[in-house]
Amino acid sequence: MLDLTYDAPAPKTIAGATSDWELVIGLEVHAQVATKAKLFSGASTLFGAEPNSNVAFVDAGMPGMLPVINEGCVEQAVRTGLGLKAEINLNSAFDRKNYFYPDLPQGYQISQLYHPIVGEGEVLVEMGDGTARVVRIERIHLEQDAGKSIHDMDPHMSFVDLNRTGVALMEIVSRPDIRGPEEAAAYVGKLRQIMRYLGTCDGNMQNGNLRADVNVSVCKPGDYEKYQETQDFSHLGTRCEIKNMNSMRFIQMAIEVEARRQIALIEDGQEVVQETRLYDPDKNETRSMRSKEEAHDYRYFPDPDLLPLEIEQAWVEDIAASLPELPDAKKSRFMADFGLSDYDASVLTAEAENAAYFEAVAEGRDGKLAANWVINELFGRLKKDDDKGITDSPVTADQLGGIIALIKSGDISGKIAKDLFEIVYTEGGDPAQIVEERGMKQVTDTGAIETALDEIIAANPAQVEKAKVNPKLAGWFVGQVMKATGGKANPAIVNQLIQGKLGL
Amino acid sequence: MSDLTKLTLAQTRDAMRKGDTSSAEVTGAYSKEVEASGALNAYVEGTLNIAADQAKAADQRIAEGDAPDMCGIPLGIKDLFCTKGVKSQAASGILDGFKPEYESTVTSKLFDAGAVMLGKLNMDEFAMGSSNETSVYGNVVNPWKVDDRDLTPGGSSGGSAAAVAADLCVAATGTDTGGSIRQPAAFTGITGIKPTYGRVSRWGIVAFASSLDQAGPMTKDVRDAAIMLEAMCGHDPKDSTSADLPVPNFEAALTGDIKGKTIGIPKEYRMDGMSAEIEKLWSDGTEMLKDAGAEIKDISLPHTKYALPAYYVIAPAEASSNLARYDGVRFGHRAKLDAGDGITEMYEKTRAEGFGAEVQRRVMVGTYVLSAGFYDAYYNRARKVRALIKQDFEKVFADGVDAILTPATPSAAFGLGENMDPIQMYLNDVFTVTVNLAGLPGIAIPAGLDASGLPLGLQLIGRPWEEGDLLNVAYSLERAAGFVAKPDKWW
Repeated sequence: MLDLTYDAPAPKTIAGATSDWELVIGLEVHAQVATKAKLFSGASTLFGAEPNSNVAFVDAGMPGMLPVINEGCVEQAVRTGLGLKAEINLNSAFDRKNYFYPDLPQGYQISQLYHPIVGEGEVLVEMGDGTARVVRIERIHLEQDAGKSIHDMDPHMSFVDLNRTGVALMEIVSRPDIRGPEEAAAYVGKLRQIMRYLGTCDGNMQNGNLRADVNVSVCKPGDYEKYQETQDFSHLGTRCEIKNMNSMRFIQMAIEVEARRQIALIEDGQEVVQETRLYDPDKNETRSMRSKEEAHDYRYFPDPDLLPLEIEQAWVEDIAASLPELPDAKKSRFMADFGLSDYDASVLTAEAENAAYFEAVAEGRDGKLAANWVINELFGRLKKDDDKGITDSPVTADQLGGIIALIKSGDISGKIAKDLFEIVYTEGGDPAQIVEERGMKQVTDTGAIETALDEIIAANPAQVEKAKVNPKLAGWFVGQVMKATGGKANPAIVNQLIQGKLGL
Repeated sequence: MSDLTKLTLAQTRDAMRKGDTSSAEVTGAYSKEVEASGALNAYVEGTLNIAADQAKAADQRIAEGDAPDMCGIPLGIKDLFCTKGVKSQAASGILDGFKPEYESTVTSKLFDAGAVMLGKLNMDEFAMGSSNETSVYGNVVNPWKVDDRDLTPGGSSGGSAAAVAADLCVAATGTDTGGSIRQPAAFTGITGIKPTYGRVSRWGIVAFASSLDQAGPMTKDVRDAAIMLEAMCGHDPKDSTSADLPVPNFEAALTGDIKGKTIGIPKEYRMDGMSAEIEKLWSDGTEMLKDAGAEIKDISLPHTKYALPAYYVIAPAEASSNLARYDGVRFGHRAKLDAGDGITEMYEKTRAEGFGAEVQRRVMVGTYVLSAGFYDAYYNRARKVRALIKQDFEKVFADGVDAILTPATPSAAFGLGENMDPIQMYLNDVFTVTVNLAGLPGIAIPAGLDASGLPLGLQLIGRPWEEGDLLNVAYSLERAAGFVAKPDKWW
């Protein structure tokens, strides 16, 4: 296995009126835990059910109802922590975060402020240009999601859907190690990739199963290095938190526009006020969410309905032993074992299913050739076919492997292979059999090709003379031979014969 | 049989098993008493039709010969317990008309064992109070009287205590967060036990202070308490704080033999200004235990004086959060709103109208002690004090003490409307809150009468999970004290 080592990317710099400014970004990513039941109730987590149909009494905050921890959610949090190379806390505890809102029936969210289940970890965030940022994870804690308030269905009433209430979230808190909008999006993408590998979060951002609160501040060049040396936040600017972002594109746009807003404020002699803000993609601006007098005091305290959460090291080790190969390891293995480029390895390991497909194709075959076919032909064809995913591919790894084997053995040319691929894609079937049945085999019989070539030379003396003067025109003869053989002549042999016959 | 309502639970059980009476007959007799008890205001919701059906079913089980101890026994249920399809309001206006779709674990266990529900019993609103005067249904009147003066039955389980004392049920469920079973039991001359925290499931009981709340039986004597407690106990996977321990046969523990047991007498419970009557009651009780063969040991529980303030930080803190769910959104009372009112106005008006003054006071205190800047000074400090109080008890138990004897209350029942100062009211819990803070079992039994003829109670505090031993010491004390007085029926 290769060690993945990269240079750090340069921080994003924005030129202000008075000086250059750098960005400092930290993210709180909320990832819905992939489990059947909610964090503290047996109600289903299925998306898209009728409003208020997936609600247990405890989710609705009914009097006397009590939470009971779902072990599956704890296991998924531990799995995620292990996937992020983080410290697992064998002793953690749940706290109540108190605030009033109609979609929060208990009047408090059960979360983990004081003793989170996962401690410090780190994530390698590749930028795709040969650089990568190592982002430190501060903690991951488990908490309940809130329900949904709907204010636009009726002019006088608000509605509440509690289906989501109590669904388990992992809040993944990063250190302020992210230095630009693209890095922030890439970081979320990397978390998403790792969690999808682990099966701990489906990463569906459209459904809100993965969303981020983005903390943005700006500082002058050099200040961030002072923070790094001292871990003293006073070297950094005042941050604002942009809430609830569930699109990679909007995350980048929001960071950019928020940074520019802060720079304009500071350069105008005003101060940045620490607050939570919302991003409006229609106007491409961020807006303050609440005024100071409404600032929340969440009155966190240990939830007395729940005992401290104690897990055993042996259990953690069992989970660790069951982890799949993760993206970084897989990528470096693909580079080492199959000789793939960083880029190809990244593309193939983006999703675990893609990587598994590629491995099946490449098994015992030419890895680079397999990578080219998977990335260029198969992915390209799937994209044209209604943006299908690999799991919906009509061409199985076996079939594609068969095509590659036929190329490698010289039975078919690359050009014929593309036709064959299309046949397999649309009609199915065993590639070798199709080649046999439809006579697509490459002609490697020198005699047959020679006969064809001789006929062409005899019929086109003028072309022969031209080609002798300008060897580039030899390609015309290649085309003619191909035409005469129905494209099945082995191009290498054709070339060789032409060179000889024309004395080039 | 005559005077069916004078029988204890054990006597009723035995009489039914022998065929001397039936649950239908007993339930009928109690139903009459319940219907004629309006002046006491102990019942807030009668379920006599349900009771009649349950009695019938119980009689069939008894006839079949496989009836559990509680089968056919008519009970009163504190309004804090959620009972399926039956109004359960925690005596609060904010739960106006609330009928749960579920049955609390405790009442499920009792009804599964064949017990009969006569109705829901009055209490202090959300179990916050020591006089049953904070109920939305109005105060309960103690069946005991002095010179025609209406007295409090104590609180918060005032309805339960009054109902048992006045023979309006064989026994009742109570809950105890700071003394809410033991203080009213002492004020009404009955027996009440708060088991070890985690012994009885809290599922389906409206929460006041989750780390302190425990349900327990309120009964005519110690044997009844043993029988009913056993039926209420047991591990409940629906309550994370419920202990996964086997439930012993508590009645079998009642041998009356306490020879060689060590009883601790804590010096810190001898408060300044303690009345001579209470002091005499305590020393009489000590002598009785000594005569029964126990060894008496003077002990110290040095952090006792901090218990009451710590309790009145922790309990309101938890309550302020537990009661946040009463917001008018999903159930219970919702205030009528004016044009232009938004969600904030809905919360404010609903909660101002739905909660009584004492509940509002505690919600505000609890909110304050948890708020930024005050958390460490109040809540966190109270938690530390709590840990020290627990250690005090652990030390004396480790030193060989089997049970601790204290007065149950600083006085006998006081007059309704007399104790309007909240701090004075909170002082009622001075002997009982330590037990909740330490999570220990505690029992109050009647041990004598004061000069005006009102019952006085003693409290015994036991080792965690040793309710059997504790009940046996109480049983021995009960036999020695020989308390048989009953209130004159005036209602």
